[in-house]
Formats: sequence, C-alpha cells, structure tokens
Amino acid sequence: MIDVTTPPATGPKAPAKKRHRVYLPTTRHVPVLATLALLIVMYSVGVANYAGFGDTQVLLNIFVDNAFLLVVAVGMTFVILTGGIDLSVGSVIALTTTVTATLLAAGWPAGVVLPLVLLIGTVLGLGMGAVIHFFKVEPFIATLAGMFLARGLSLLINRNSIPITDEFWTEMAQKRFRFGEGVFISLNVVIALIVVVIAALVLAWTRFGRNVYAIGGNADSALLMGLPVGRTRIAVYTLSGFCASLGGLLYSFYTSSGYSLHGQGLELDAIAAVVIGGVLLTGGSGYVLGTVLGVLVLGLIQTIIAFQGDLNSWWTRIVVGVLLFAFIVLQRLVTRKAK
Amino acid sequence: MTILRHRLFWPAAVLVVLLISNLVFSDNFFTIRLQDGHLYGSLIDILRRSAPLVLVALGMTLVIATGGIDLSVGSVMAISGALACLLIGDLSNPDALGPVLLVVGAAIALCLVAGLWNGFLVAVLGIQPIIATLILMVAGRGVAQLITGGQILNVHSAPYRVIGAGYFLALPVSFLIATAAVALTVALTRRTALGLLLESVGGSPTASRLAGIRSRRITIMVYVFAAGFAGVAGLIYSSDVSSADSNAAGNLIELNAILAVVLGGTALTGGRFSIAGSVLGAVVITTLDITAVSVGVPVETTLLFKAVVVIILCLAQSATFRAKVFGRFSAERADVQRADVQRADVQTADVQRSDVERSDVPG
Repeated sequence: MIDVTTPPATGPKAPAKKRHRVYLPTTRHVPVLATLALLIVMYSVGVANYAGFGDTQVLLNIFVDNAFLLVVAVGMTFVILTGGIDLSVGSVIALTTTVTATLLAAGWPAGVVLPLVLLIGTVLGLGMGAVIHFFKVEPFIATLAGMFLARGLSLLINRNSIPITDEFWTEMAQKRFRFGEGVFISLNVVIALIVVVIAALVLAWTRFGRNVYAIGGNADSALLMGLPVGRTRIAVYTLSGFCASLGGLLYSFYTSSGYSLHGQGLELDAIAAVVIGGVLLTGGSGYVLGTVLGVLVLGLIQTIIAFQGDLNSWWTRIVVGVLLFAFIVLQRLVTRKAK
Repeated sequence: MTILRHRLFWPAAVLVVLLISNLVFSDNFFTIRLQDGHLYGSLIDILRRSAPLVLVALGMTLVIATGGIDLSVGSVMAISGALACLLIGDLSNPDALGPVLLVVGAAIALCLVAGLWNGFLVAVLGIQPIIATLILMVAGRGVAQLITGGQILNVHSAPYRVIGAGYFLALPVSFLIATAAVALTVALTRRTALGLLLESVGGSPTASRLAGIRSRRITIMVYVFAAGFAGVAGLIYSSDVSSADSNAAGNLIELNAILAVVLGGTALTGGRFSIAGSVLGAVVITTLDITAVSVGVPVETTLLFKAVVVIILCLAQSATFRAKVFGRFSAERADVQRADVQRADVQTADVQRSDVERSDVPG
C-alpha cells in the first residue's frame, strides 16, 4: 500500500509572503462583490449623464418602487438556493391583490383580510412544496401549474381592476418615514428591509439556513447526512409562497387596487434579480444581499430609462435588454478573472 | 400493468379523455369531410393548430436535453413574423412565389442569428441559460416592434398565406411542415451520433469535453436549432392571420413548450430526451386549449381548467403518487420500493468503489 497520509508536496511557497497585504475575496463572495462594483459604476454613469440623478430621493425611490419585488425575490432566493424554482409568485401577487380588494369591497374588516390573504399564498406554497417533495414532480412544472391555478382563480373572482378604498389600506399606502426635506421612504420599504434582514440572518445563522445550502449543494448527500431534506424543501416553497403573498400585500398598498393581471412576468424579474445577485440556479451558492443588489440593478435600469425619457415602448425593451446584457457579461468577465 | 408505467401512457390517456369529452359536447367532432380537395374537421383543426407549438417544443427538447432552457422562443417567433411581413409589404408583386420564398429565407436566417447569439452567451460566455435567453426574450419583442414600427402589419400574399393556412394533398401545410421538422430531428438525433452527443453534453458538459466531444459547439447548435424552429413557427402563426402582431405572436409559448417537453418525459436537468413525448405533449396542450373552448368553459375559467388538467396529468405521471395512492391495489408499490432499494445498493457500491479508487491513488 502507498501511504496516503503524507500530504503531497506543494509548489514553491515564496511568492505568497510578499503579496499577503493584497485583499483577495473568497471565491464565494466574488459574484456579490462584482455586482456591487458594477452597480456603483452604473449609478455613477447615471449621475454623470442626467441632471438630478444624484438626488438621495432618486435612490430611495428605487426601493419605494421595488419593495414588493424585493420581498418576492427574497423568497425566490431560498427556493433557488435549494436548486428549485418558483414560477407562481407573479400569479400569487395577482391572487392576493384580487382577494384583498374583493373582500374589502364586501365590507370585511382589514384585521381579518390581512392575515387571510397572507395565509392563501402560504398554503399554496405549502401545497406545491408537498407535491414536489412527496410525488417527485419537477419544481418547474409543479409551480407552473400553481401559476395557472392562482392566475385562473383571480380571473374567476374578478376580471376587472377593483379599487381599494379601505381606511387602513389607504393609511398604510400613504405612510411615509421622512429623513429631511423631500427625503422619505414608504412603509413598504421598511417591511421589505425587515424581511431582508430576517432572511439574511436565517440563512446565515440557523440550522434551517444551513440545510437549505446543503440541499442545494447535493440533495443526496444531505439526505445521507441525515438532514431533514423533505421538511426543508417543503418549507422553502411555503416560505416563497408567504413572501409572494406579502409582496402582493405590498403591491396592493403600492397601487391601491386589486387586479387579476397584476404581476405578469414578475416571476422572471424575481429570478433575474436573484441570478444577477450571484445565486447559482443549480443551487447551493449565493446570498440574500446579492438578491438585494440584483433588485437594485433592475430598479436602476428602470430609473435610467425614466430619466432618458424619450424612449418609446419598443426602444425601452431593447435598452432594458442591452443594459441587462452589458451587466451580465461584465459580471461574468469580472467573476471569471477573479477565479 | 407494464403499459401503465410507460412514460407516454398518461399524456396519451389525457388526450383520449379530452377527445372523448369533446365528442360528448359536440356531435360531429370526429367527422372529417373532404371539401374542395381539403380535409376539414375538428381533428384536422387540432393538427393544424398544434403545428407552431410542436415546432417550438421540438427545439426546446434539444435545448433541454443539453441541460439548458430557451425563454426567447416567443420573441423569436415575433421577430420572424415581423420581418417577413415587412419585406412582403415592400415587394412589388407579393403574389410571386420566388420573392416570397426569399423573404421566408431571410426571416429564418435572422432567427438563426438570434439562436447563434443565445448559443454564444450560453456556451462561450458561460452565462446561465435562463438569464442568457431572458435577454433576448425582453429585447426581442422590442426588436420585433421596431421592425413593424409598433403597428400590426397586414399583408396580402397568396404564397405566404399557404404556409399557415394552405393545404397540400388535402392536408394542412403547417401540419406537413411540423411533420417534416419532426422527421428531420428524429433522423438527425436517432440515426446519427448527434442524439448520443446531446445526451452526453446534457449529462455532464465537462465529462463530455474530456471525452473529446466538442460540447461548446453542440450547445451553440441546439440554440440555433431552437431559434430556427421558433422562426418557422412564427411564420406559420403570422401567415395564418396574414399579419404581424409583435405582442400577440408567441405570447407565453415558452412556458407551454417547456410544459409539453416535460409532460413528454424529458427531465429539465438534461440528459435523456424524448421527441415523440414532446410532440405528444404539444398536441395534448393544444387539444386542451381547443377543448376548453368547444366544451363551453367560460373564458374566465379557461386557465383554471388548464391548471386542473395539468395537475392531474403531473400527478398521474408521478410513479410515487400512483404507488402511494393506488399502492394497495397493485404491485406497483413493491416495484417502487424495489427500485429504491436497488438505487441505494448502487449508491453504496459507488461509494465503496470510489473509496477503493482513492486509496489506489499514489500520494
């Protein structure tokens, strides 16, 4: 037998000493750092080119306008980290806003409607998670069916846009936290940031968070290690369902209406945000902070187009595509070089 | 009971159930008439209207076989229809066959370029397929609108109309095009080594490359194929309605195509694929849409109806579901358990073997 305990001889060691002061990020952090750096570059380009782009409120408005997307994308992060996908989130938003508006119009008290609509999305997520785990249906297909189901239900309830006039809802929608002259954030942003912080803590420092990464890394290994794979997998879809309905709630604050066509294509925005933030679709690698940056990138693209102002609908689409392309390619090049 | 476990049994069963339920609601559903040398009837209509989805699903199958996904097919459909309608509008004689063929060729060529772009992003730059094709999905519709100037272009051209609405030998031309595409794909993947290479790249791109397969080239090729087929589907759609509508063309078709592929038994993780399954899946989905209308499901509940059928179909296809629910009535449960035990055995054997191999490695 050959002795395998002796470590293999390493190469020349000398150069390592001289360069120890250079900061080299961990490989796992590279995608997030690359996104952050490019985000700053993109923001600076915006500030340089458009008057008024540098206002604090412009930056805060990105959060105000995308708070619901942020919440949805956080839920999506958990799902994608386990190597799954959730296509139902956009439809769950539609269902949540439609049910909210319908029940409020029917005179139900806000205190009953609020937990009820949150429960709807959560139960739907639980159902999809159970189908995915127990019956081994592909996540893509199970959540696609969930997408049809939620959108179908909201169309069944009402095909038209319903305004929300409830006092509590109006108050929530108009609540502002001011930091100075013309500098404010809405309640939605506060809720979204709380969700982000909780999610980041759960993912980094709890057993559940570790399990999520372990399953995404290799589900079979996780099972052989004795981790509760089934429970965790069902939990992430439930969590994503909850986040989607909470996102729907924020959306109903934001638009003061319920409509069965709300949130169309939002699932792709959420997935794009998560992936731009450096999470691998195969699972096991990525951070909630990356997702926040991903949402900011999408928001910044919208803001730049709004400041440009003279783009018609098709040029807007093309420019969104080009900016997305430029961002992803740059990120890819930066990440590759660092490795 | 073996037939129950064939992966295409349940989609086929749902197709039969849908057709029979059609018969209950409309008496002459299965009647096929010969009129002016054309076959007419609901069944022929299903064949005709399945054609675009079959084409898109065919390309999607190849992409999924390599472990990728293509979200841009709907936008590519819009681009091809838009370019064809724009160029035909410029022709001095839109009824001449030659120039129209040239236009069709140009439209498909543009789509192939779009596919090359997707393939470049995925294979050369190494961007995750869902994001790489999302770029073209977003921008592509913009390009299509740019081509048409944001309007719906109407065309009047007899040869162009043949593609989507014409008949040849009493059969719809679009059906014949789809059949030819299926035959071509089957011949390429099952009669040459291409199918094997695709499955190999889908299984593991790195291992394939180390085994001497040009996996990068194969990956680019499947995206080109997918875009080409989507382009033809876009021509069929736009020719059928004699216009180019950049918003409606191929709307949500990417999801339907992926659904068709998965219902047909191809896993999204890549590797093994089934062309017959995808075609069957596409026909099931089209029949489902047509049935919803003919049975008289109200417009509001069409989507719900579709969701319920898809859920039932997915559950029926899941061996675990059948074993858990119907287990006591059949031997399937024992089979599933046996399969699990075997898999566990194989895994243990693998682990042991790799242990042995590792200890053989010189230190």
